[in-house]
Parts: sequence; C-alpha cells; structure tokens
Amino acid sequence: MSLVVNWVLLSFLLIIAFTLLRVRHLFAMSMMFGLYSFLVAGLFVVLDAPDVAFTEAAVGTGISTVLMLVTLASIKNGHEAKTHTSNRIAPAVICIVMGALLVYGIHDIPALGDPTAPAHVEVGRRYIENGMEETGVPNLVTAVLASYRGFDTLGEVTVVLTAGIGVLLLLVRREKPHIKGGNDA
Amino acid sequence: MMPDNIILKVVAKWLIPMVLLFAFYVQFHGDYSPGGGFQAGVIFTSGFLLYAMVYGLDAMVRVIPDRALMVAACFGVLLYSGVGVASMLKGGEFLNYSALLESPVSGQHLGIVLIELGVGITVASVMLLLFITFARRVAPQ
Repeated sequence: MSLVVNWVLLSFLLIIAFTLLRVRHLFAMSMMFGLYSFLVAGLFVVLDAPDVAFTEAAVGTGISTVLMLVTLASIKNGHEAKTHTSNRIAPAVICIVMGALLVYGIHDIPALGDPTAPAHVEVGRRYIENGMEETGVPNLVTAVLASYRGFDTLGEVTVVLTAGIGVLLLLVRREKPHIKGGNDA
Repeated sequence: MMPDNIILKVVAKWLIPMVLLFAFYVQFHGDYSPGGGFQAGVIFTSGFLLYAMVYGLDAMVRVIPDRALMVAACFGVLLYSGVGVASMLKGGEFLNYSALLESPVSGQHLGIVLIELGVGITVASVMLLLFITFARRVAPQ
C-alpha cells in the first residue's frame, strides 16, 4: 500500500518539478513550490515521520508560500522570470555532476530500519531503552529534543529569535523617513 | 486583501478555530503524540495567516498587535532559559529538569512542557512578525 502511495507521490513530485522548469510566472512558481512541499509532507507521513510532516506542511506549504506571495505583491514589476537562451551547457553539466554525486552518496546510507545502522547502535539505543523511565514522556522524539538535547533546542530557538530580530531591523519602516522631501514609498 | 469573497470568509471562519485548536493539541499533547513546540507554533501561525489573507492585515493586527508579538518572541526564549536557570537554582545542572520537582520524572515532565511552550511562543510570534513586516510593504491597491 505504502509502495503505491510512494509511487503516486513521487511521480507527482516529478511532474511538478518539470512544470516548475516550464513555468515563467513567479506567482505560479511559488504556488507550485507550495504544492511540492505538500507532496513532500505526504512522503514524510509514509516514512512514519508525522512531526516532520506537520512542519513541512505548515512551513513549506503555508508560511513560506504566503511570504513569497507577499514579497511578490510588494514588487511592482518583475513577476516574469527572464529566460536566458544562451550558455545552457554549464548549468546542465553542474546539475548532472551534482546529481551523479548524490546518487553515488546513496550507497553509503544504511537501509531503512537496518538494526546495525550507526543511528541505532550508538546513543540512540540508550534513549530507546531508558527514555521512558528517565523522562516519563512516551514520545521519544520530544524526550530527545527537549530533555536529552535541550541545550541544542535552546540554541535553535535563539536562532529563530535572532533571525526575526534581523528581519525586523532590516525591513520595519521607520516612522519618519530620513530623506527630507522624499516620499515614503 | 479579499474584501468581498463571502464563501472564503465563511469557510475561513469555520476553519481557523480548528487550525488553532489543532495547534494547541500539538503543543500540549506533544509528550504523547507527534509534535511539539515548533510544530504547534507554525500551525498556529498558518491559522493566523489564513485570517490575515481573508480578512486583511489590519484585522489580524487588531487581534495580535505586533508590539505584543515582539514581547512574546523574547518571552519564549526567556521562559526556556528561565527553566534552565531554575533547575540550576534547585541544585541541578543547566536545563537538568530532574532537579525541578521532588521526583525526577515529574520534574522532567514539567520542564519539557514548559520549554516546549517557550519554543511554541517564540516560533509563532517570530513567524507572525515576519509576515506582518513583509505584508506592510505591499502598496495599498
């Protein structure tokens, strides 16, 4: 069953990827990227990672698509991506070499659910065996993120806050424009 | 942004409470089911984005002013690190929740719930602030 779902999702992903190559309008492109994220979220559900799927569906499909649309709406023109017909060989070579390297790298990834994979024999084993007694939280992902790796998560939250502060400092309109006589737009 | 679309408004009015309720479920049930602070924060944000897109940015800012969002974003990080400092004051290491209460397991549980709440508050407020900041730059039609 999950094989069928995987095939359907992956073929739709391919269709969207090729459509993205053809589409020239940036509004349509950002909608397609949202759709792409939604299909990836479906793939995460098939891979038994529902919390990653939540994040992908909410951030990839929802928030980032809306941010892209709002950004495009604030630009007066330039909603069409320009096509450069000349010099297409170098990008093609880079893409093919990069893809070949990624496919080559797949051989080193342990098989899905392999009990001898490094992720399962090192510290992960201790989390699985003692996590419930030590933290009292049945969801191991939460136990690892919040308790065992609490310091990392604190760093992540601080990064989110810092990024937000950076965007605010750059983009928030000041009440009084600095240039005298210049219009506020 | 879409002033006259009655179907969209009615559907959004029914959908947004569900989205927000689901965000709270993911937040506070994250110890037992998939999810946690980050997921809850982004789901909460997407509910409010829907509201802002259907009813307009001004309506959303009336519900949550951006000044309050700035305070909340900092409060989340402070709550998280405050739990760490509290466990230090109770005699443990930084972020060692076992020291928070008498029994280590209930201390862990309390600490995890509190820091997940901090994560959720910060993520939701920062994401909403980003949206508000970008949306303010759209020229009025």
